[in-house]
Amino acid sequence: MSHEAPVIGVLALQGDVREHLIALAAADAVARPVRRPEELAEVDGLVIPGGESTTISKLAVLFGVMEPLRARVRAGMPVYGTCAGMILLADKILDPRSGQETVGGIDMIVRRNAFGRQNESFEASLDVNGIAGDPVEGVFIRAPWVESVGAEAEVLAEHEGHIVAVRQGDALATSFHPELTGDHRVHALFVDMVRANRAAASL
Amino acid sequence: MSSTISENQTPETGTARVKRGMAEQLKGGVIMDVVNAEQAKIAEDAGAVAVMALERVPADIRKDGGVARMSDPNMIEEIIEAVSIPVMAKSRIGHFVEAQVLQSLGVDYIDESEVLTPADEVNHSDKFAFTTPFVCGATNLGEALRRIAEGAAMIRSKGEAGTGNVVEAVRHLRQIKNEIARLRGFDNNELYAAAKDLRAPYELVKEVAELGKLPVVLFSAGGVATPADAALMRQLGAEGVFVGSGIFKSGDPAKRAAAIVKATTFYDDPKIIADASRNLGEAMVGINCDTLPEAERYANRGW
Repeated sequence: MSHEAPVIGVLALQGDVREHLIALAAADAVARPVRRPEELAEVDGLVIPGGESTTISKLAVLFGVMEPLRARVRAGMPVYGTCAGMILLADKILDPRSGQETVGGIDMIVRRNAFGRQNESFEASLDVNGIAGDPVEGVFIRAPWVESVGAEAEVLAEHEGHIVAVRQGDALATSFHPELTGDHRVHALFVDMVRANRAAASL
Repeated sequence: MSSTISENQTPETGTARVKRGMAEQLKGGVIMDVVNAEQAKIAEDAGAVAVMALERVPADIRKDGGVARMSDPNMIEEIIEAVSIPVMAKSRIGHFVEAQVLQSLGVDYIDESEVLTPADEVNHSDKFAFTTPFVCGATNLGEALRRIAEGAAMIRSKGEAGTGNVVEAVRHLRQIKNEIARLRGFDNNELYAAAKDLRAPYELVKEVAELGKLPVVLFSAGGVATPADAALMRQLGAEGVFVGSGIFKSGDPAKRAAAIVKATTFYDDPKIIADASRNLGEAMVGINCDTLPEAERYANRGW
């Protein structure tokens, strides 16, 4: 097993890229922005940040990142999506904008802006399976929720009866934004997933 | 499903983290002025991260003259209905009732804007009194920090809206960045005097000196008309751009909007900016800012 820090990219087409880079570095990964297919090829795992899912999806198609990204996720590259990133990792969107594509990877159906507009955006603490210690501070901003998950997907957290964190194999998704809180435990979980995936691949 | 899942019962809305965090989600993106649902859809299809709903773009406000006010609620609601991206709207400086109305309509961000005619020549609105977050314009660091002290959750350069001339936005952004860089070199003794000079709260001045940036997201606004303008503002340190009259006062709005989105994401890649700049049709005509009489300079509004 390699003891070098894993290299984890943050899809940097639009969104809160900087906060994810900081959180990943704090969780002992080598973090770098990814905008191009050749940059994607060099990372062990990828975070899809919060932002506008329609914008990120359009730019990913336009600049030829969407197909390579789908291929890598199918091939088992670990991915973590927050908010817009969760929408992009869903196999199905309940209410897509016309032509809105996703990367897919998690057998779940998401509802965009399910918790409402900005006036309804909120903070609440959550227990997240796999995160030890105090509850996680959940920051929900025009956040989606997960309507339903398939048999392979594991629900990690709920808020008021709605699914807000899901894991399927090496794919992780949260409706909320751990990158905005300074608590890096969810990022540490993902970095561990990337480490384990890399160790398994090098056997 | 595991039985260890439990829930917290006290969700809290309108917190600083939720307000400022909303702007973090807009970073790297383009926010476009639109005057109807049709334009809003064009903006969304082009990849805008948000739209600013207003009755007249700044170029027309400039041309028409008179008092510019908050837009018709019907028009704002039509735009909210038409798109799934966030919708912002403008209130006059100090007109907190217009802001209350905008909050009640469910807009996602309120721009307390110098483009509209100020309603109060002394006081800006108390932005902590709202659940809806505010973005405010600034020409320098002191002004930015005074707005943040009043509760603004996002700052934009003022630029000179409706001119299609980027020179004032460049001036304001450089001014803010230079003043932040200068603070970085100060020791604690000097920070007290700096706060006095900046006419801003000491705690905020100290925070900026430590962070090396504003504690909220900084966008550029006022005069961006081309993909290269947008990329220029990003290379100068803006985390995203507002485009007002530049898109829908041009020859081919859909194409120009998409081109400005591309150039904003790949702001450091001249080849992509070059491709985005090809065959866009006519840009808005533009106004030379040094021929603008003082009274017609929107950037002078607010303090």
